[in-house]
Amino acid sequence: MATFIKIATVDLTGSQSSIDFTSIPATYTDLCIKYSARTDRANTNSDIYLQFNGVTTATYSFKRIYGNGTATAASDGLTNNATGGFAGTADGASATASTFGNCEVYIPNYAGSTAKSWSVDGVNENNATSALAALYVGSWSGTAAITSISLKDYNAANFVQYSTATLYGISKS
Amino acid sequence: MAVTYEPIATYTVPSAQASYTFTSISQAYTDLVLVVSGSNSSGDSQISIQVGNGSVNTGTVYSTTFMYGNGTSAASSRDSTQSWAHVARLDTTLGNSIIQFMNYSNTTTYKTILGRGNDATLTMATVSLVRDTVATNTIKLQANDAGSINFTTGTTFTLYGIKAA
Repeated sequence: MATFIKIATVDLTGSQSSIDFTSIPATYTDLCIKYSARTDRANTNSDIYLQFNGVTTATYSFKRIYGNGTATAASDGLTNNATGGFAGTADGASATASTFGNCEVYIPNYAGSTAKSWSVDGVNENNATSALAALYVGSWSGTAAITSISLKDYNAANFVQYSTATLYGISKS
Repeated sequence: MAVTYEPIATYTVPSAQASYTFTSISQAYTDLVLVVSGSNSSGDSQISIQVGNGSVNTGTVYSTTFMYGNGTSAASSRDSTQSWAHVARLDTTLGNSIIQFMNYSNTTTYKTILGRGNDATLTMATVSLVRDTVATNTIKLQANDAGSINFTTGTTFTLYGIKAA
């Protein structure tokens, strides 16, 4: 039985402030989002965050470790953040034209009644000195099943045309 | 389209236990992916893993390199000549780990294990080497090397097989 099943794909034909997956069925074991994104933020990269079920209360915590092409590594994190949790990186408007960030977000046990966690492997390539490779971990203290996920830019920039994201469901049986 | 990501086995910890072993793993895949979602009883720890064929190799054939960040600083460290691979990450709070066993069924090369581990304390990437050429059909997970702490009730282990074709 196939276990890595596409639930939905969003292909942007213009700019928009978020990428949203809604009405996610509870029939899978885990979820995985693979996205390729660029924003209009005036920077070489954008921090992308996620929100579950439209929740904007202080329930998200996350940490990150990254290399940016100059520093060997650094990390940062927030606890009980209300905006959402970091979930990858996208190229910004200052990055080399036509370059996009690529990330994989893995969300196990998304339909359970306990708190949820996610992990992300992400990169953006700039064909220049500054780029980013990062690992992320996050947790959401909400206990409801995840039925919707929104991806947004942390600085309220817009995703631009040709950004794409696909949500997969993974079943253990 | 060929099916390339198939569940092989899954296990949910019914009550606290120190270890679990996947046995008789099919050799029909190219790589394996093990997803762990849950916690342990004691706190910061990697997941200790031994692999083998028919039984696990308990010799000092495992080494692991770590890269991790705790929200403030980043670091790297290494274990070598160990009797367990120290893969990914678990804590007393909910976390998840994704562990990949590359080219696990070949009988000519040492085996590589990639781990991504996440909990409330750290995000971590690990790479482990197993200096053993046997095809892997047995994987033992233990909450720590000593077997002195437990995986907590409800922790899940799900093993998937990935086909290259």
